[in-house]
Amino acid sequence: MTSDLLTLDHVGVRLGGRDILRDVSFGIRPGQFTGLIGPNGAGKTTLLKVILGLQPVTAGQVLIDGQPRSPRDTSIGYVPQKLGIEPDIPLRVRDVVSLGLDGHKFGLRLPSKTRRELVSDMLTAVGAQRYADARVGELSGGEQQRVMIAHALISQPKLLLLDEPLANLDISSEQGIVSVLARLARAEQVAVLLSAHDMNPLMPYMDRIVYVAAGRVAVGDTDEVVQPEVLSRLYGQHVDVIRVHGRILVVAAPEGVDEAEAAAEDAGVMR
Amino acid sequence: MQYVFEPGFFTSGPVHVALAVGTVIAITSAVVGVFTVTRGQSFAGHSLADIATTGGSGAFLIGVNQFWGYLAFGAGAAAFMEMIGIQRRRGRDVATGVVLGAALGLAALFLYLGTQYSTTTGASFTILFGSIFVLTPSTVPALIVSALLALATVVALARVLLLTSLSPDIAAARGVPVRAVGAAFLMALAVSVALSAVIIGAVLSTALLIGPAATALRLAKSPVRAVITAAGLGVLAIWLGILLAYDSFYWPPAGRGWPVSFFVVTLIVGGYLVTYLHRDRRPHQNPEQQNIDAEQACSPA
Repeated sequence: MTSDLLTLDHVGVRLGGRDILRDVSFGIRPGQFTGLIGPNGAGKTTLLKVILGLQPVTAGQVLIDGQPRSPRDTSIGYVPQKLGIEPDIPLRVRDVVSLGLDGHKFGLRLPSKTRRELVSDMLTAVGAQRYADARVGELSGGEQQRVMIAHALISQPKLLLLDEPLANLDISSEQGIVSVLARLARAEQVAVLLSAHDMNPLMPYMDRIVYVAAGRVAVGDTDEVVQPEVLSRLYGQHVDVIRVHGRILVVAAPEGVDEAEAAAEDAGVMR
Repeated sequence: MQYVFEPGFFTSGPVHVALAVGTVIAITSAVVGVFTVTRGQSFAGHSLADIATTGGSGAFLIGVNQFWGYLAFGAGAAAFMEMIGIQRRRGRDVATGVVLGAALGLAALFLYLGTQYSTTTGASFTILFGSIFVLTPSTVPALIVSALLALATVVALARVLLLTSLSPDIAAARGVPVRAVGAAFLMALAVSVALSAVIIGAVLSTALLIGPAATALRLAKSPVRAVITAAGLGVLAIWLGILLAYDSFYWPPAGRGWPVSFFVVTLIVGGYLVTYLHRDRRPHQNPEQQNIDAEQACSPA
Protein backbone atom coordinates (compact mmCIF):
# COMPACT_ATOMS: atom_id res chain seq x y z
CA MET A 1 0.00 0.00 0.00
CA THR A 2 2.81 2.42 0.86
CA SER A 3 4.48 2.00 -2.53
CA ASP A 4 1.33 3.16 -4.32
CA LEU A 5 1.56 6.44 -6.20
CA LEU A 6 -2.20 6.94 -6.13
CA THR A 7 -4.53 5.48 -3.52
CA LEU A 8 -8.32 5.61 -3.55
CA ASP A 9 -9.59 4.61 -0.15
CA HIS A 10 -13.31 3.70 0.04
CA VAL A 11 -14.26 6.68 -2.14
CA GLY A 12 -17.94 7.49 -2.59
CA VAL A 13 -19.60 10.31 -4.55
CA ARG A 14 -23.26 11.12 -4.07
CA LEU A 15 -24.89 13.75 -6.31
CA GLY A 16 -28.53 14.81 -6.16
CA GLY A 17 -29.47 11.79 -4.05
CA ARG A 18 -27.86 9.34 -6.47
CA ASP A 19 -24.72 7.32 -5.82
CA ILE A 20 -22.35 8.03 -8.70
CA LEU A 21 -19.48 6.08 -7.10
CA ARG A 22 -19.75 3.57 -4.27
CA ASP A 23 -16.92 2.28 -2.09
CA VAL A 24 -14.19 2.61 -4.71
CA SER A 25 -10.78 1.42 -3.51
CA PHE A 26 -7.66 0.78 -5.56
CA GLY A 27 -4.04 1.83 -5.88
CA ILE A 28 -1.77 2.59 -8.82
CA ARG A 29 2.00 2.03 -8.75
CA PRO A 30 4.61 4.12 -10.59
CA GLY A 31 4.94 3.19 -14.26
CA GLN A 32 1.80 1.04 -14.37
CA PHE A 33 -0.52 1.22 -17.40
CA THR A 34 -4.06 0.90 -16.09
CA GLY A 35 -7.23 0.81 -18.17
CA LEU A 36 -10.33 2.39 -16.62
CA ILE A 37 -12.95 0.43 -18.48
CA GLY A 38 -16.72 0.59 -18.37
CA PRO A 39 -19.84 1.52 -20.32
CA ASN A 40 -20.86 5.15 -20.90
CA GLY A 41 -22.34 6.73 -17.80
CA ALA A 42 -20.72 4.22 -15.43
CA GLY A 43 -18.82 6.93 -13.54
CA LYS A 44 -15.43 6.90 -15.32
CA THR A 45 -15.26 10.68 -15.83
CA THR A 46 -16.42 11.32 -12.25
CA LEU A 47 -13.71 8.97 -10.98
CA LEU A 48 -11.02 10.86 -12.93
CA LYS A 49 -12.36 14.19 -11.66
CA VAL A 50 -12.24 12.87 -8.10
CA ILE A 51 -8.56 12.00 -8.57
CA LEU A 52 -7.90 15.48 -10.01
CA GLY A 53 -9.68 17.15 -7.11
CA LEU A 54 -12.33 18.67 -9.41
CA GLN A 55 -15.09 16.57 -7.84
CA PRO A 56 -15.38 16.54 -4.04
CA VAL A 57 -15.90 13.10 -2.47
CA THR A 58 -18.72 12.38 -0.06
CA ALA A 59 -16.91 9.40 1.49
CA GLY A 60 -13.35 8.11 1.69
CA GLN A 61 -10.21 9.83 0.51
CA VAL A 62 -7.75 10.17 -2.38
CA LEU A 63 -4.03 10.11 -1.63
CA ILE A 64 -1.06 10.94 -3.85
CA ASP A 65 2.17 9.47 -2.46
CA GLY A 66 0.28 8.87 0.75
CA GLN A 67 -0.73 12.55 1.08
CA PRO A 68 -3.94 14.43 0.22
CA ARG A 69 -3.46 16.26 -3.08
CA SER A 70 -2.58 19.96 -2.95
CA PRO A 71 -4.33 22.24 -5.49
CA ARG A 72 -1.17 23.30 -7.38
CA ASP A 73 0.25 19.79 -7.51
CA THR A 74 1.80 19.18 -10.93
CA SER A 75 2.35 15.47 -10.32
CA ILE A 76 -0.81 14.64 -12.29
CA GLY A 77 -1.18 15.32 -16.02
CA TYR A 78 -4.68 15.33 -17.48
CA VAL A 79 -6.14 15.01 -20.97
CA PRO A 80 -9.89 15.70 -20.83
CA GLN A 81 -12.65 14.09 -22.85
CA LYS A 82 -14.07 15.69 -26.04
CA LEU A 83 -11.39 18.31 -26.62
CA GLY A 84 -13.31 20.23 -29.31
CA ILE A 85 -10.71 23.02 -29.52
CA GLU A 86 -12.16 25.98 -31.45
CA PRO A 87 -10.25 26.87 -34.64
CA ASP A 88 -10.12 30.58 -33.72
CA ILE A 89 -8.14 30.01 -30.52
CA PRO A 90 -4.80 31.65 -31.36
CA LEU A 91 -2.64 28.76 -30.21
CA ARG A 92 -0.18 26.86 -32.36
CA VAL A 93 0.65 23.31 -31.38
CA ARG A 94 3.92 24.48 -29.79
CA ASP A 95 2.06 27.16 -27.78
CA VAL A 96 -0.27 24.52 -26.37
CA VAL A 97 2.62 22.30 -25.29
CA SER A 98 4.39 25.30 -23.79
CA LEU A 99 1.26 26.13 -21.75
CA GLY A 100 1.69 22.67 -20.20
CA LEU A 101 4.76 24.02 -18.41
CA ASP A 102 3.37 27.27 -17.00
CA GLY A 103 -0.17 27.96 -18.29
CA HIS A 104 -1.38 28.19 -14.69
CA LYS A 105 0.96 31.08 -13.86
CA PHE A 106 0.15 34.79 -13.90
CA GLY A 107 2.17 37.46 -15.69
CA LEU A 108 4.27 37.35 -18.83
CA ARG A 109 7.27 35.21 -19.63
CA LEU A 110 10.24 35.93 -21.84
CA PRO A 111 11.08 33.66 -24.75
CA SER A 112 13.70 31.08 -23.82
CA LYS A 113 15.80 28.73 -25.88
CA THR A 114 15.68 25.96 -23.26
CA ARG A 115 11.88 26.08 -23.28
CA ARG A 116 11.74 26.00 -27.07
CA GLU A 117 13.96 22.92 -27.15
CA LEU A 118 11.97 21.22 -24.40
CA VAL A 119 8.76 21.80 -26.40
CA SER A 120 10.36 20.50 -29.60
CA ASP A 121 11.62 17.35 -27.88
CA MET A 122 8.20 16.69 -26.40
CA LEU A 123 6.51 17.12 -29.80
CA THR A 124 8.99 14.69 -31.33
CA ALA A 125 8.31 12.20 -28.53
CA VAL A 126 4.58 12.11 -29.32
CA GLY A 127 5.11 12.27 -33.09
CA ALA A 128 3.54 15.72 -33.51
CA GLN A 129 6.56 17.73 -34.70
CA ARG A 130 5.24 17.75 -38.30
CA TYR A 131 2.39 20.11 -37.39
CA ALA A 132 4.17 22.07 -34.62
CA ASP A 133 3.31 25.42 -36.24
CA ALA A 134 -0.28 24.65 -37.18
CA ARG A 135 -3.22 26.09 -35.24
CA VAL A 136 -4.30 23.40 -32.81
CA GLY A 137 -8.01 23.93 -33.58
CA GLU A 138 -7.42 23.03 -37.24
CA LEU A 139 -6.04 19.56 -36.47
CA SER A 140 -7.90 16.26 -36.56
CA GLY A 141 -9.10 14.58 -33.36
CA GLY A 142 -6.17 12.14 -33.25
CA GLU A 143 -3.63 14.91 -33.81
CA GLN A 144 -5.20 17.03 -31.06
CA GLN A 145 -4.94 14.03 -28.71
CA ARG A 146 -1.20 13.74 -29.37
CA VAL A 147 -0.75 17.46 -28.76
CA MET A 148 -2.69 17.31 -25.49
CA ILE A 149 -0.64 14.29 -24.37
CA ALA A 150 2.50 16.34 -25.01
CA HIS A 151 0.88 19.25 -23.10
CA ALA A 152 0.19 16.95 -20.14
CA LEU A 153 3.58 15.21 -20.13
CA ILE A 154 5.90 18.22 -20.49
CA SER A 155 5.60 19.11 -16.79
CA GLN A 156 6.89 15.57 -16.04
CA PRO A 157 3.94 14.28 -14.04
CA LYS A 158 4.14 10.96 -12.18
CA LEU A 159 0.60 10.07 -13.18
CA LEU A 160 -1.17 10.75 -16.46
CA LEU A 161 -4.97 10.62 -16.62
CA LEU A 162 -6.72 10.42 -19.98
CA ASP A 163 -10.49 10.56 -20.35
CA GLU A 164 -11.71 8.55 -23.36
CA PRO A 165 -8.77 9.54 -25.59
CA LEU A 166 -9.76 6.92 -28.16
CA ALA A 167 -13.38 8.03 -28.59
CA ASN A 168 -14.11 9.19 -32.16
CA LEU A 169 -10.74 8.10 -33.52
CA ASP A 170 -10.20 5.90 -36.56
CA ILE A 171 -8.42 2.60 -35.95
CA SER A 172 -4.94 3.71 -37.07
CA SER A 173 -4.95 6.89 -34.91
CA GLU A 174 -6.24 4.73 -32.04
CA GLN A 175 -3.27 2.38 -32.27
CA GLY A 176 -0.87 5.30 -32.74
CA ILE A 177 -2.05 7.02 -29.54
CA VAL A 178 -1.99 3.86 -27.42
CA SER A 179 1.50 2.83 -28.54
CA VAL A 180 2.89 6.35 -27.95
CA LEU A 181 1.42 6.30 -24.44
CA ALA A 182 2.72 2.84 -23.63
CA ARG A 183 6.19 3.75 -24.86
CA LEU A 184 6.36 7.03 -22.89
CA ALA A 185 4.96 5.42 -19.76
CA ARG A 186 7.75 2.79 -19.84
CA ALA A 187 10.50 5.25 -20.77
CA GLU A 188 9.59 7.96 -18.24
CA GLN A 189 8.15 5.65 -15.58
CA VAL A 190 4.85 7.56 -15.73
CA ALA A 191 1.78 5.75 -14.44
CA VAL A 192 -1.07 5.96 -16.95
CA LEU A 193 -4.77 5.70 -16.12
CA LEU A 194 -6.78 5.76 -19.32
CA SER A 195 -10.55 5.50 -19.54
CA ALA A 196 -12.26 3.75 -22.44
CA HIS A 197 -15.58 2.06 -23.12
CA ASP A 198 -13.83 -0.52 -25.31
CA MET A 199 -10.93 -2.40 -23.72
CA ASN A 200 -9.76 -4.16 -26.90
CA PRO A 201 -7.33 -1.54 -28.30
CA LEU A 202 -5.67 -1.50 -24.85
CA MET A 203 -5.30 -5.25 -24.35
CA PRO A 204 -1.63 -5.53 -25.46
CA TYR A 205 -0.55 -2.69 -23.15
CA MET A 206 -2.69 -2.83 -20.00
CA ASP A 207 -0.91 -3.98 -16.86
CA ARG A 208 -4.13 -3.77 -14.87
CA ILE A 209 -7.78 -3.04 -15.34
CA VAL A 210 -10.18 -1.02 -13.21
CA TYR A 211 -13.62 -2.02 -14.46
CA VAL A 212 -16.41 0.42 -13.57
CA ALA A 213 -20.09 -0.38 -13.78
CA ALA A 214 -23.03 1.09 -11.87
CA GLY A 215 -20.66 3.19 -9.73
CA ARG A 216 -18.67 0.20 -8.41
CA VAL A 217 -15.26 -1.08 -9.46
CA ALA A 218 -13.50 -4.40 -9.87
CA VAL A 219 -9.70 -4.21 -9.98
CA GLY A 220 -7.00 -6.67 -11.03
CA ASP A 221 -5.39 -8.35 -14.04
CA THR A 222 -7.62 -8.45 -17.10
CA ASP A 223 -7.95 -12.24 -16.79
CA GLU A 224 -9.16 -11.99 -13.20
CA VAL A 225 -11.58 -9.14 -13.75
CA VAL A 226 -13.07 -9.79 -17.16
CA GLN A 227 -15.05 -12.84 -16.06
CA PRO A 228 -18.82 -13.22 -16.28
CA GLU A 229 -19.20 -13.78 -12.50
CA VAL A 230 -17.13 -10.72 -11.54
CA LEU A 231 -18.81 -8.40 -14.05
CA SER A 232 -22.33 -9.71 -13.40
CA ARG A 233 -21.86 -8.90 -9.71
CA LEU A 234 -20.67 -5.42 -10.69
CA TYR A 235 -23.50 -4.69 -13.14
CA GLY A 236 -26.08 -6.23 -10.82
CA GLN A 237 -27.42 -8.25 -13.76
CA HIS A 238 -26.20 -11.16 -15.80
CA VAL A 239 -23.58 -10.37 -18.44
CA ASP A 240 -21.67 -12.66 -20.76
CA VAL A 241 -18.01 -12.31 -21.65
CA ILE A 242 -17.38 -13.49 -25.19
CA ARG A 243 -13.85 -14.00 -26.54
CA VAL A 244 -13.54 -14.06 -30.33
CA HIS A 245 -10.24 -13.90 -32.27
CA GLY A 246 -8.46 -12.42 -29.28
CA ARG A 247 -11.13 -9.74 -28.83
CA ILE A 248 -13.32 -9.49 -25.75
CA LEU A 249 -16.98 -8.50 -25.84
CA VAL A 250 -19.02 -7.87 -22.71
CA VAL A 251 -22.72 -8.24 -23.49
CA ALA A 252 -25.80 -8.06 -21.32
CA ALA A 253 -28.02 -11.10 -21.49
CA PRO A 254 -31.44 -10.45 -23.05
CA GLU A 255 -34.22 -9.73 -20.59
CA GLY A 256 -35.63 -12.82 -18.91
CA VAL A 257 -32.45 -14.87 -19.38
CA ASP A 258 -31.33 -13.64 -15.99
CA GLU A 259 -33.91 -15.60 -14.07
CA ALA A 260 -33.77 -18.64 -16.36
CA GLU A 261 -29.99 -18.76 -16.02
CA ALA A 262 -30.13 -18.45 -12.28
CA ALA A 263 -32.78 -21.15 -12.04
CA ALA A 264 -30.73 -23.40 -14.30
CA GLU A 265 -27.58 -22.82 -12.22
CA ASP A 266 -29.50 -23.57 -9.06
CA ALA A 267 -30.69 -26.80 -10.56
CA GLY A 268 -27.10 -27.65 -11.50
CA VAL A 269 -27.91 -27.79 -15.19
CA MET A 270 -25.02 -27.00 -17.53
CA ARG A 271 -25.98 -24.87 -20.49
CA MET B 1 0.12 66.22 -49.27
CA GLN B 2 -2.16 69.06 -48.36
CA TYR B 3 -5.09 67.12 -49.82
CA VAL B 4 -4.42 64.28 -47.38
CA PHE B 5 -3.88 66.43 -44.30
CA GLU B 6 -6.28 69.35 -44.58
CA PRO B 7 -5.09 72.72 -43.13
CA GLY B 8 -4.73 72.77 -39.36
CA PHE B 9 -4.68 69.00 -38.78
CA PHE B 10 -1.29 69.03 -37.05
CA THR B 11 -1.90 72.19 -35.02
CA SER B 12 -5.41 71.46 -33.75
CA GLY B 13 -5.58 70.82 -29.98
CA PRO B 14 -8.65 68.54 -30.12
CA VAL B 15 -6.91 66.47 -32.81
CA HIS B 16 -3.86 65.95 -30.59
CA VAL B 17 -6.01 64.84 -27.67
CA ALA B 18 -8.10 62.61 -29.94
CA LEU B 19 -5.01 60.94 -31.39
CA ALA B 20 -3.40 60.33 -27.99
CA VAL B 21 -6.49 59.06 -26.20
CA GLY B 22 -7.64 57.17 -29.30
CA THR B 23 -4.33 55.32 -29.52
CA VAL B 24 -4.36 54.17 -25.89
CA ILE B 25 -8.00 53.08 -26.10
CA ALA B 26 -7.55 51.34 -29.45
CA ILE B 27 -4.66 49.27 -28.07
CA THR B 28 -6.57 48.32 -24.91
CA SER B 29 -9.72 47.41 -26.84
CA ALA B 30 -7.84 45.32 -29.37
CA VAL B 31 -5.89 43.35 -26.76
CA VAL B 32 -8.96 42.75 -24.58
CA GLY B 33 -10.80 41.90 -27.82
CA VAL B 34 -8.43 39.07 -28.74
CA PHE B 35 -9.25 37.31 -25.47
CA THR B 36 -12.96 38.17 -25.77
CA VAL B 37 -13.17 36.44 -29.16
CA THR B 38 -11.02 33.54 -27.94
CA ARG B 39 -13.28 33.03 -24.92
CA GLY B 40 -16.40 33.17 -27.11
CA GLN B 41 -17.70 36.24 -25.23
CA SER B 42 -18.26 38.56 -28.21
CA PHE B 43 -21.99 38.65 -27.48
CA ALA B 44 -21.32 39.54 -23.84
CA GLY B 45 -18.98 42.30 -25.07
CA HIS B 46 -21.63 43.71 -27.36
CA SER B 47 -24.25 43.55 -24.63
CA LEU B 48 -21.98 45.42 -22.23
CA ALA B 49 -21.74 48.10 -24.92
CA ASP B 50 -25.51 48.36 -25.23
CA ILE B 51 -25.85 48.45 -21.45
CA ALA B 52 -23.26 51.22 -21.35
CA THR B 53 -25.75 53.26 -23.40
CA THR B 54 -28.07 53.14 -20.39
CA GLY B 55 -25.27 54.34 -18.11
CA GLY B 56 -24.25 57.09 -20.51
CA SER B 57 -27.78 58.40 -20.91
CA GLY B 58 -28.35 58.17 -17.13
CA ALA B 59 -25.16 60.12 -16.48
CA PHE B 60 -26.24 62.79 -18.97
CA LEU B 61 -29.60 63.05 -17.23
CA ILE B 62 -28.01 63.75 -13.84
CA GLY B 63 -25.25 65.94 -15.32
CA VAL B 64 -22.22 63.65 -14.80
CA ASN B 65 -19.60 62.92 -17.47
CA GLN B 66 -20.84 60.05 -19.63
CA PHE B 67 -17.67 57.97 -19.10
CA TRP B 68 -18.61 57.35 -15.46
CA GLY B 69 -22.06 56.25 -16.54
CA TYR B 70 -20.65 53.84 -19.13
CA LEU B 71 -18.20 52.48 -16.56
CA ALA B 72 -20.68 52.10 -13.68
CA PHE B 73 -23.33 50.36 -15.76
CA GLY B 74 -20.85 48.22 -17.68
CA ALA B 75 -19.12 47.02 -14.51
CA GLY B 76 -22.43 46.49 -12.71
CA ALA B 77 -23.85 44.50 -15.60
CA ALA B 78 -20.64 42.44 -15.84
CA ALA B 79 -20.88 41.57 -12.15
CA PHE B 80 -24.56 40.64 -12.50
CA MET B 81 -23.92 38.49 -15.59
CA GLU B 82 -21.13 36.70 -13.74
CA MET B 83 -23.42 36.10 -10.77
CA ILE B 84 -26.26 34.61 -12.77
CA GLY B 85 -24.15 32.19 -14.69
CA ILE B 86 -21.99 33.53 -17.49
CA GLN B 87 -19.29 31.05 -16.44
CA ARG B 88 -21.43 28.18 -17.67
CA ARG B 89 -21.31 27.75 -21.41
CA ARG B 90 -25.05 27.17 -21.67
CA GLY B 91 -26.10 29.85 -19.20
CA ARG B 92 -23.96 32.44 -20.91
CA ASP B 93 -26.23 33.69 -23.68
CA VAL B 94 -29.29 33.58 -21.44
CA ALA B 95 -27.58 35.56 -18.66
CA THR B 96 -26.36 38.12 -21.18
CA GLY B 97 -29.70 38.41 -22.97
CA VAL B 98 -31.74 38.90 -19.79
CA VAL B 99 -29.52 41.75 -18.54
CA LEU B 100 -29.39 43.33 -21.99
CA GLY B 101 -33.16 43.53 -22.46
CA ALA B 102 -33.70 45.23 -19.09
CA ALA B 103 -30.94 47.77 -19.68
CA LEU B 104 -32.07 48.89 -23.12
CA GLY B 105 -35.55 49.69 -21.81
CA LEU B 106 -33.98 52.02 -19.26
CA ALA B 107 -31.77 53.61 -21.92
CA ALA B 108 -34.86 54.52 -23.93
CA LEU B 109 -36.38 56.20 -20.85
CA PHE B 110 -33.20 58.09 -19.91
CA LEU B 111 -32.62 59.38 -23.42
CA TYR B 112 -36.25 60.49 -23.65
CA LEU B 113 -36.11 62.30 -20.30
CA GLY B 114 -32.67 63.74 -21.02
CA THR B 115 -33.72 65.35 -24.27
CA GLN B 116 -36.99 66.58 -22.70
CA TYR B 117 -35.28 68.52 -19.94
CA SER B 118 -32.19 69.70 -21.77
CA THR B 119 -31.66 72.09 -24.58
CA THR B 120 -28.38 70.42 -25.54
CA THR B 121 -28.94 69.04 -28.98
CA GLY B 122 -26.98 66.01 -30.02
CA ALA B 123 -26.75 64.44 -26.54
CA SER B 124 -28.34 61.24 -27.78
CA PHE B 125 -26.00 61.31 -30.73
CA THR B 126 -22.93 61.70 -28.51
CA ILE B 127 -23.98 58.84 -26.24
CA LEU B 128 -24.83 56.50 -29.08
CA PHE B 129 -22.07 57.40 -31.54
CA GLY B 130 -19.26 59.03 -29.53
CA SER B 131 -17.41 62.31 -29.55
CA ILE B 132 -13.65 61.94 -29.82
CA PHE B 133 -13.13 65.60 -30.85
CA VAL B 134 -14.95 67.05 -27.85
CA LEU B 135 -13.44 65.00 -24.99
CA THR B 136 -13.73 66.82 -21.67
CA PRO B 137 -10.08 67.56 -20.79
CA SER B 138 -10.63 66.70 -17.11
CA THR B 139 -11.63 63.10 -17.94
CA VAL B 140 -8.56 62.43 -20.09
CA PRO B 141 -6.32 61.25 -17.18
CA ALA B 142 -9.13 58.97 -15.94
CA LEU B 143 -9.49 57.52 -19.43
CA ILE B 144 -5.77 56.78 -19.73
CA VAL B 145 -5.51 55.26 -16.24
CA SER B 146 -8.57 53.05 -16.77
CA ALA B 147 -7.18 51.87 -20.10
CA LEU B 148 -3.83 50.98 -18.57
CA LEU B 149 -5.52 49.12 -15.70
CA ALA B 150 -7.65 47.03 -18.07
CA LEU B 151 -4.61 46.33 -20.23
CA ALA B 152 -2.47 45.34 -17.23
CA THR B 153 -5.19 43.00 -15.95
CA VAL B 154 -5.44 41.16 -19.25
CA VAL B 155 -1.67 40.96 -19.71
CA ALA B 156 -1.28 39.54 -16.19
CA LEU B 157 -3.98 36.94 -16.88
CA ALA B 158 -2.89 36.19 -20.46
CA ARG B 159 -1.48 32.67 -19.99
CA VAL B 160 -4.19 31.63 -17.57
CA LEU B 161 -6.89 32.88 -19.96
CA LEU B 162 -5.35 30.91 -22.83
CA LEU B 163 -5.14 27.73 -20.74
CA THR B 164 -8.76 28.20 -19.65
CA SER B 165 -9.86 28.66 -23.28
CA LEU B 166 -8.05 25.46 -24.17
CA SER B 167 -9.76 23.54 -21.36
CA PRO B 168 -11.36 24.91 -18.18
CA ASP B 169 -10.96 21.46 -16.58
CA ILE B 170 -7.20 21.34 -17.13
CA ALA B 171 -6.90 24.88 -15.77
CA ALA B 172 -8.95 23.99 -12.68
CA ALA B 173 -6.96 20.78 -12.14
CA ARG B 174 -3.77 22.86 -12.11
CA GLY B 175 -5.08 25.14 -9.40
CA VAL B 176 -6.27 28.08 -11.54
CA PRO B 177 -9.19 29.87 -9.83
CA VAL B 178 -11.16 29.68 -13.10
CA ARG B 179 -14.21 31.57 -11.89
CA ALA B 180 -12.30 34.46 -10.30
CA VAL B 181 -10.16 34.78 -13.42
CA GLY B 182 -13.32 34.90 -15.55
CA ALA B 183 -14.81 37.61 -13.33
CA ALA B 184 -11.62 39.70 -13.47
CA PHE B 185 -11.58 39.40 -17.24
CA LEU B 186 -15.23 40.43 -17.50
CA MET B 187 -14.41 43.58 -15.49
CA ALA B 188 -11.52 44.44 -17.81
CA LEU B 189 -13.94 43.89 -20.70
CA ALA B 190 -16.51 46.26 -19.17
CA VAL B 191 -13.85 48.96 -18.68
CA SER B 192 -12.59 48.55 -22.22
CA VAL B 193 -16.13 48.82 -23.62
CA ALA B 194 -16.77 52.00 -21.57
CA LEU B 195 -13.58 53.53 -22.99
CA SER B 196 -14.48 52.73 -26.59
CA ALA B 197 -17.96 54.12 -25.93
CA VAL B 198 -16.39 57.49 -25.13
CA ILE B 199 -14.60 57.73 -28.44
CA ILE B 200 -16.84 55.98 -30.95
CA GLY B 201 -20.11 55.71 -29.03
CA ALA B 202 -21.82 53.10 -26.88
CA VAL B 203 -23.58 51.19 -29.64
CA LEU B 204 -20.47 51.06 -31.83
CA SER B 205 -17.87 50.30 -29.18
CA THR B 206 -18.02 46.56 -29.95
CA ALA B 207 -16.63 47.33 -33.40
CA LEU B 208 -13.36 48.53 -31.88
CA LEU B 209 -13.34 45.61 -29.44
CA ILE B 210 -14.17 42.70 -31.74
CA GLY B 211 -13.24 43.97 -35.24
CA PRO B 212 -9.44 44.29 -35.00
CA ALA B 213 -9.27 41.15 -32.82
CA ALA B 214 -11.33 39.03 -35.23
CA THR B 215 -9.24 40.25 -38.17
CA ALA B 216 -5.98 39.55 -36.31
CA LEU B 217 -7.15 36.06 -35.37
CA ARG B 218 -7.60 35.31 -39.06
CA LEU B 219 -4.11 36.57 -39.90
CA ALA B 220 -1.88 35.54 -36.97
CA LYS B 221 -1.47 32.04 -35.57
CA SER B 222 0.28 32.65 -32.25
CA PRO B 223 -1.16 34.59 -29.29
CA VAL B 224 1.63 37.20 -29.22
CA ARG B 225 1.31 37.91 -32.93
CA ALA B 226 -2.50 38.05 -32.71
CA VAL B 227 -2.33 40.64 -29.92
CA ILE B 228 0.25 42.78 -31.74
CA THR B 229 -1.66 42.60 -35.05
CA ALA B 230 -4.96 43.49 -33.37
CA ALA B 231 -3.42 46.48 -31.57
CA GLY B 232 -1.82 47.68 -34.82
CA LEU B 233 -5.09 47.39 -36.74
CA GLY B 234 -7.06 49.17 -34.00
CA VAL B 235 -4.61 52.07 -33.88
CA LEU B 236 -4.54 52.33 -37.67
CA ALA B 237 -8.35 52.45 -37.85
CA ILE B 238 -8.52 55.17 -35.20
CA TRP B 239 -5.80 57.31 -36.81
CA LEU B 240 -7.25 57.02 -40.31
CA GLY B 241 -10.75 57.57 -38.91
CA ILE B 242 -9.66 60.77 -37.16
CA LEU B 243 -7.86 62.00 -40.29
CA LEU B 244 -10.81 61.31 -42.58
CA ALA B 245 -13.29 62.87 -40.14
CA TYR B 246 -11.14 65.99 -39.91
CA ASP B 247 -10.86 66.19 -43.69
CA SER B 248 -14.59 65.56 -44.17
CA PHE B 249 -15.24 69.05 -42.83
CA TYR B 250 -14.45 70.19 -46.37
CA TRP B 251 -16.59 67.52 -48.01
CA PRO B 252 -20.23 68.05 -48.94
CA PRO B 253 -22.22 69.34 -47.20
CA ALA B 254 -19.21 71.59 -46.58
CA GLY B 255 -18.76 73.01 -43.10
CA ARG B 256 -19.98 69.91 -41.17
CA GLY B 257 -17.55 67.09 -40.43
CA TRP B 258 -18.76 63.50 -40.78
CA PRO B 259 -18.76 61.41 -37.59
CA VAL B 260 -15.44 59.74 -36.66
CA SER B 261 -17.28 56.56 -35.63
CA PHE B 262 -18.52 56.10 -39.20
CA PHE B 263 -14.97 56.10 -40.58
CA VAL B 264 -13.50 53.95 -37.79
CA VAL B 265 -16.18 51.28 -38.07
CA THR B 266 -16.08 51.25 -41.87
CA LEU B 267 -12.30 50.85 -41.86
CA ILE B 268 -12.50 48.01 -39.32
CA VAL B 269 -15.21 46.11 -41.19
CA GLY B 270 -13.36 46.73 -44.47
CA GLY B 271 -10.18 45.28 -42.99
CA TYR B 272 -12.03 42.20 -41.78
CA LEU B 273 -13.55 41.61 -45.22
CA VAL B 274 -10.13 41.94 -46.88
CA THR B 275 -8.90 38.93 -44.86
CA TYR B 276 -11.58 36.86 -46.61
CA LEU B 277 -10.37 37.97 -50.05
CA HIS B 278 -6.83 37.16 -48.93
CA ARG B 279 -7.81 33.62 -47.90
CA ASP B 280 -9.83 32.95 -51.05
CA ARG B 281 -7.09 34.13 -53.39
CA ARG B 282 -4.71 31.41 -52.21
CA PRO B 283 -4.68 28.80 -54.99
CA HIS B 284 -4.82 25.88 -52.59
CA GLN B 285 -4.05 24.99 -49.02
CA ASN B 286 -0.54 23.83 -48.28
CA PRO B 287 0.13 20.07 -48.49
CA GLU B 288 0.24 19.66 -44.71
CA GLN B 289 -3.21 21.14 -44.40
CA GLN B 290 -4.45 18.79 -47.10
CA ASN B 291 -3.07 15.84 -45.16
CA ILE B 292 -4.89 17.06 -42.11
CA ASP B 293 -8.11 17.39 -44.07
CA ALA B 294 -7.68 13.89 -45.46
CA GLU B 295 -7.19 12.50 -41.95
CA GLN B 296 -10.25 14.36 -40.75
CA ALA B 297 -12.27 12.97 -43.61
CA CYS B 298 -11.26 9.44 -42.55
CA SER B 299 -12.11 9.80 -38.87
CA PRO B 300 -15.78 9.20 -38.08
CA ALA B 301 -16.09 12.45 -36.10
